[in-house]
Amino acid sequence: MALIKNGLLVRDTFENAAGLDELPDRGAVLVSLDQWREHRDQLLRRRERLGLLLLSDQHPKEISADVHYFDLIALDFPGFRDGRAYSYARLLRERFKFTGELRAVGDVLLEQLHYMHRVGFNSFDLDSEQPLAEWKTAAGEFSVWYQPTADGRATATELRHWRNERLRASAM
Amino acid sequence: MYRYDEFDQELVSERVEQFGRQVTRRLNGELNEDQFKPLRLMNGLYLQLHAYMLRINVPYGCLSSRQLRALAHIARVYDKGFGHFTTRQNLQFNWIKLEDVPDALAALAEVEMHCIQSSGNCIRNITSDQYAGRASDEIEDPRVFCEIIRQWYTLHPEFAYLPRKFKIAVTGSPNDRAAVAVHDIGLRMHVNSAGEPGFEVIVGGGQGRTPHIGKTIRDWLPVEQLLSYLEAILRVYNLYGRRDNIYKARIKILVNHLGINEFRRQVHEEWEFIKDGSLNIPHEEINRINAYFAPPAYEKLDDLGPELDGLGETNDEFQAWMRSNVAEHKVAGYAIVNLSLKGPDRPPGDLTADQMDAVADLADHYSFGELRVNHRQNLVFVDVKQSELKELWGKLKSLGLATPNIGHVTDMICCPGLDYCALANARSIPIAEKITERFEGLKRLHAIGDLTINISGCVNACGHHHVGNIGILGVDKKGKEYYQFTLGGSSDQNASLGDRTGPGFSADEAAGAVETIVNTYLDVRQNGEPFLDAYRRVGMAPFKEALYGAD
Ligand code: HEM
Ligand code: SF4
Repeated sequence: MALIKNGLLVRDTFENAAGLDELPDRGAVLVSLDQWREHRDQLLRRRERLGLLLLSDQHPKEISADVHYFDLIALDFPGFRDGRAYSYARLLRERFKFTGELRAVGDVLLEQLHYMHRVGFNSFDLDSEQPLAEWKTAAGEFSVWYQPTADGRATATELRHWRNERLRASAM
Repeated sequence: MYRYDEFDQELVSERVEQFGRQVTRRLNGELNEDQFKPLRLMNGLYLQLHAYMLRINVPYGCLSSRQLRALAHIARVYDKGFGHFTTRQNLQFNWIKLEDVPDALAALAEVEMHCIQSSGNCIRNITSDQYAGRASDEIEDPRVFCEIIRQWYTLHPEFAYLPRKFKIAVTGSPNDRAAVAVHDIGLRMHVNSAGEPGFEVIVGGGQGRTPHIGKTIRDWLPVEQLLSYLEAILRVYNLYGRRDNIYKARIKILVNHLGINEFRRQVHEEWEFIKDGSLNIPHEEINRINAYFAPPAYEKLDDLGPELDGLGETNDEFQAWMRSNVAEHKVAGYAIVNLSLKGPDRPPGDLTADQMDAVADLADHYSFGELRVNHRQNLVFVDVKQSELKELWGKLKSLGLATPNIGHVTDMICCPGLDYCALANARSIPIAEKITERFEGLKRLHAIGDLTINISGCVNACGHHHVGNIGILGVDKKGKEYYQFTLGGSSDQNASLGDRTGPGFSADEAAGAVETIVNTYLDVRQNGEPFLDAYRRVGMAPFKEALYGAD
């Protein structure tokens, strides 16, 4: 597995503790929703960076009041056809104002990266020999979008509006 | 008609390049069929019984003559010289080779066409009234909103992997020609008490193995809030639609499981957050799109009135054509002309490359270079001068496209069935052919009047059999093809699902059963009522008796 974060190939600094019986003493950890609920106080006392893994049937509204505790939220794609996490990502970014790392894990395909990026993911756990090259291909595939989403990119409607303003200005 | 600007064009070109790269990776073995499948399905490429099938979007059924010529070119160069118009106002090629697909897509992109989201579990090509913008019973032109919705759903990042496919249809007229009640979302324009146009939103309609008439989730929605409302519905569906069983994954199952009231509550809870946000459609955007659909340069003409009837005095066939294939236009002196793709020589909906070129020429000459595809698999010229009807009729007749049967028994909807389709249980095209043979006589056809027959080759219902006045469903019974009949289906503003008659009929008996049903109708008919009205009045009993005998 290789981790692409904000367009760079990086080392994963979180230890995946989801499913472990004992939480490690030190270091950044990624925990499950059950672990977060059960060991919330202990996890906050550790004063380490904290990550939360949400499965595709775990709606982020469960933790909407807690998002500021997390440095990382990882959303699982159990199969590439399961598209629930696209909605979760937008809700986390746009409604619950999560600003930390939002990571796509599980069955993440090259062709889906630009959709994921648009809904607010900024890191991707890729099963690939050439993760950086794949990311670059995927990220450069499209330059026009119609929908306003969490990534804040200008939509075609806005681009049209600006083009018309420019034309109007230069005509004056 | 809408024209791409540099942004729309850029997006489609980028998609062509992306798919070209994916096909290359498939052809050189970097991708196996399993990995390639979801990618080709996002581009309308299916693997069928004999070959790949490419489905091309015709957004809300609007086509220019230039686009039709490009389709003719593709049919000739990359297919076997014909294409097939579908009930979703799309066009399919049944014999495409994988290595040719990127070139075919590039040829399409040159004329502002593509296959994006024409298959896969995403929002599919939006459909509408084939008379949009021309019908005299219309409140406003629905194409404006179709185009706004089309842009919104194209490569929508949140809704590319829905539980199942998703189909939206729009009508701007109280007389529903777009079958909106049997779509995942149907939008029907109404004017509120203040005189403002808005949409009734219908949700959870659909056909397939569990047919449902959609339910109204909102009586009237201001047009500016259309996209935020759609987004709220789609989000609830994306999150809570079933993903464990593809037969239970459509939104109709969710709506029925929750009940329309609970579903509405969930949608409105979601909508509250987004209804006044960046999805609101600014008036300047509505005006911008509206300008594309400005009426063409009509001449100032008078309706021909009695002279129009006089045109055909000497010719039965022309008069029959005038009655069934020509519809009223909202502008004086003009008419709407339906081209029947249900002649005796080709399967329903098929058009050859040569016919496509010829139709494109006729569209240029007689109808401002535009045409429409309707959901009954016919083509439409929407702006024909009444004074040129007779001339046009002659030319269409020589092309085999003037069969005077629109809305009548032989204007059947028919899916590809076992002749092409990998999912089929039975053939459907030969059944349509046999019915056509039986009802060929013009007088008889017109004496029977308005009657729709819809045929599907399996429970997936691509041929809309549930909503045909007579529905025919092909099933497999111990290795033999059988045909089950339903009566009383309709997809108009009073949509209803047909009722089963009883046991099915063999392929040899099917056309005879249709004749029995039609004869029974003629027996019970009062005051020239159409088949559907007669059926709704007398019910199943006389038909059952005629088909199976008294018990
Ligand atoms: C030959 C290849 C085709 C295949 C493999 C195919 C497959 C399917 C399947 C599996 C369904 C059921 C979906 C569901 O209920 O969730 C369906 C429905 C449908 N298909 Fe097709 N189809 C084909 C061709 C066509 C054609 C040629 C048309 C138009 C003439 C068409 C129009 C439709 C429509 C209108 C539905 C309606 C049901 C609904 O969406 O509720 N399909 N198709
Ligand atoms: S109804 Fe069945 S047989 Fe006909 S096209 Fe659809 S899937 Fe194929």
